[in-house]
Amino acid sequence: MAEELGKGRDDVQLRFREDAMADGAQVTVDAFLDQADASAVRVEPGDDTHALLPHLARIRLVEVNFPVFGDGRGYSAARLLREHGYAGELRAVGDVLVDQIAYMRRCGFDSFAPDQPLDEADVATALARWPHAYQPAADAAVPIWNLRHG
Amino acid sequence: MKILTGNDLRTGAVIWWDGLNWSPHIANAVDAGEEAEAILAREEAARRVNAPYAIAAEATGDGPRPAHIKDRVRALGPTVRPDLGYKAARENGWDWVI
Amino acid sequence: MYQYDQYDQAMVDARVEEFRDQARRRLEGKLTEDQFKPLRLMNGLYLQLHAYMLRVAIPYGTLNSRQMHALADIADTYDKGYGHFTTRQNIQYNWIKLEEAADLLADLAKVEMHAIQTSGNCIRNISSDHFAGAAADERVDPRPYAELLRQWSSFHPEFSYLPRKFKIAVIASDSDRAAMRLHDIGIKIVERDGALGAAFYVGGGMGRTPMIAPLIRDFVPLDQLVTYSEACLRVYNRHGRRDNKYKARIKILVHEMGAEEYARQVEEEFAHLLEQGVEPPLAELERIKGYFKPPRFRHPSESWDLSRLEREASAEPSSRWDDGFGKWVRRNTNPHKAPGYVSAVISLKPVGGIPGDATAAQMHLMADIARDYSFDECRVMHTQNIVLPHVEIGRLHALWQKLEAAGLGTPNLDQIDDIIACPGLDYCSLANARSIPIAQQISERFAASGKGEMLGELKLKISGCINACGHHHAGHIGILGVDRKGVENYQLLLGGSEAEDVALAKITGRGFDEAGIVQAVETVADVYLDQRQDGERFLDTYRRIGMDHFKEALYG
Repeated sequence: MAEELGKGRDDVQLRFREDAMADGAQVTVDAFLDQADASAVRVEPGDDTHALLPHLARIRLVEVNFPVFGDGRGYSAARLLREHGYAGELRAVGDVLVDQIAYMRRCGFDSFAPDQPLDEADVATALARWPHAYQPAADAAVPIWNLRHG
Repeated sequence: MKILTGNDLRTGAVIWWDGLNWSPHIANAVDAGEEAEAILAREEAARRVNAPYAIAAEATGDGPRPAHIKDRVRALGPTVRPDLGYKAARENGWDWVI
Repeated sequence: MYQYDQYDQAMVDARVEEFRDQARRRLEGKLTEDQFKPLRLMNGLYLQLHAYMLRVAIPYGTLNSRQMHALADIADTYDKGYGHFTTRQNIQYNWIKLEEAADLLADLAKVEMHAIQTSGNCIRNISSDHFAGAAADERVDPRPYAELLRQWSSFHPEFSYLPRKFKIAVIASDSDRAAMRLHDIGIKIVERDGALGAAFYVGGGMGRTPMIAPLIRDFVPLDQLVTYSEACLRVYNRHGRRDNKYKARIKILVHEMGAEEYARQVEEEFAHLLEQGVEPPLAELERIKGYFKPPRFRHPSESWDLSRLEREASAEPSSRWDDGFGKWVRRNTNPHKAPGYVSAVISLKPVGGIPGDATAAQMHLMADIARDYSFDECRVMHTQNIVLPHVEIGRLHALWQKLEAAGLGTPNLDQIDDIIACPGLDYCSLANARSIPIAQQISERFAASGKGEMLGELKLKISGCINACGHHHAGHIGILGVDRKGVENYQLLLGGSEAEDVALAKITGRGFDEAGIVQAVETVADVYLDQRQDGERFLDTYRRIGMDHFKEALYG
């Protein structure tokens, strides 16, 4: 029986995808590697995301846990997954404040299930905050240094 | 004695619990005793003080003297700028920092 | 120097509004202090011993007069009329109010300045050689590369919640004037087969466990500089320790993993990132370099050299060549690549003064002097003095007179009274002991005895706690303030160096009280004077004779 952990559909406060949410409970990275039919995985800060890279095609949901928002390993986990072609849902869960949303979007996160619900107005402000980006990341923003040189 | 101190949230000024309010005068600081933790939690949650904590102090004729030199510097101001800080702003600062 | 375009300005302006919003949410109680603290730290706002302290970024230490005037105005408007120049080329204000901080940041933004990422677990101010663009021995001006990395590291979405702070230094000479090996990443621009590249040293640092950065890669082509940096940071973000704040710097990771393994992992990540196209276009570096072209120097035939200066000045008693001006020229100027010019150092270490502090009036004066004497540019040194990079030798006397009149002309560069001191227990909530009074007493002692000059180059650095913001590990003489059962106590260290002959100072033995440490420094200086041979600096004598001579003199 797959371990029941992670966030349920109701906990997802923000979602920036058109497709339907994946069914199936999230399992740990270790469990995922053992279960050929698992399609949803939960990544903890200490997990090695590289282990998932050979299996990206069958993953529909990666949930990245931020137990404390100061532990920024999840940002690298997300960006790595996107760089290697992961196209499924990438969800940030846990201690996520509105102040991290913009950077998380840039790292490839497209859904959010924060422990404390976010103020909708604050979210809108945060997402509209940055007119540009200096450096490339996992989003579609064209870095300033490219805008300068056509 | 156990006195309570913190910073004013808006201005950052060093303040001391005088039993009812937060005062810039350490001379007014009271012994919070057993209630210290409860007062700290309540006052911080109400945003009447920022980052407060309890310190040990001895009662003297001039008022409470913090046990640790760091808190005495906090109370008085930078020792190298006697024209700034608490001592500068008031007539009777103390010489008990060091 | 670099000037913002509409993109840079838009980003800084957005950051001001973001902070304004965060401060408002804090004051309204929508954010707790625990939630707000990392956010305000990423804008350089600390809660310190007496008030909020704001650390303003001065990228690679470079300022124009307009900016220096603005820093003076900020000192008057928002603080108590002075600021403190730091060991990372920044400036700090000690008496800031949270409710005014956003307005202060808005004022900074008007002059293309900010306090972005001057604290917090993110990439901090990128420091460089304070003589960049002027030094006779540099290969190229390192600052365009520092500017490129500044932009790359600003608001970096992946690296804003690192295990710990991250400090980068960039130099382009074999002389290390930026303490490059004592940074998380130190980059040296080098040459190989006619091409320029970057040597990467990763894993240096001071603090609790000082370490010298090992060489991780000896040559990264300059058109892969950002990609390689990204790889270094990603390995750190993924594997740096998060379990213990005192073991979270990259130096611990490199040390525990081993430099070879770290380099291997970076190489792997680097290969992957090269395929991702994270590098800026070459045209961007060329664009930035355009802001760092040398100014229009006078023709050599119209310029004085130093020997002509000496002839002219010695012949004129009122110029005070022998008892003031000449001393200052010999000590406080540095050779320049352009004939007829030198770089000049404005000392913020008057005898008995507070190292690195400047009043608003002094900042205004330095701004005007930079405009009038140095092509509108000055630099903050990590040794807490100010550099005028390009001064005509023929105008040095007029410059010196102005500095003298303002208390900024002390001729003590790299001498024992050119002390580096952190703010210490007088200002800093992390400190265990006061550092500034020690600096003042040592400065006064050596000025009174006249020994300061006799000692020559002697770099004394004082830290008020183990975090080592005073760089005591890198002092020829270092002093570390500790708390010994509630009483201030001072450890003495000898033999450190922050230059290309980098070394970590060693402790002499048991510590001293306040009076004792001042005497101990004099004792150590006397041993040197007694034992030195031709041309030896203090550091050279120490290296030749070893610690035992000093121990014996100190402890009997």
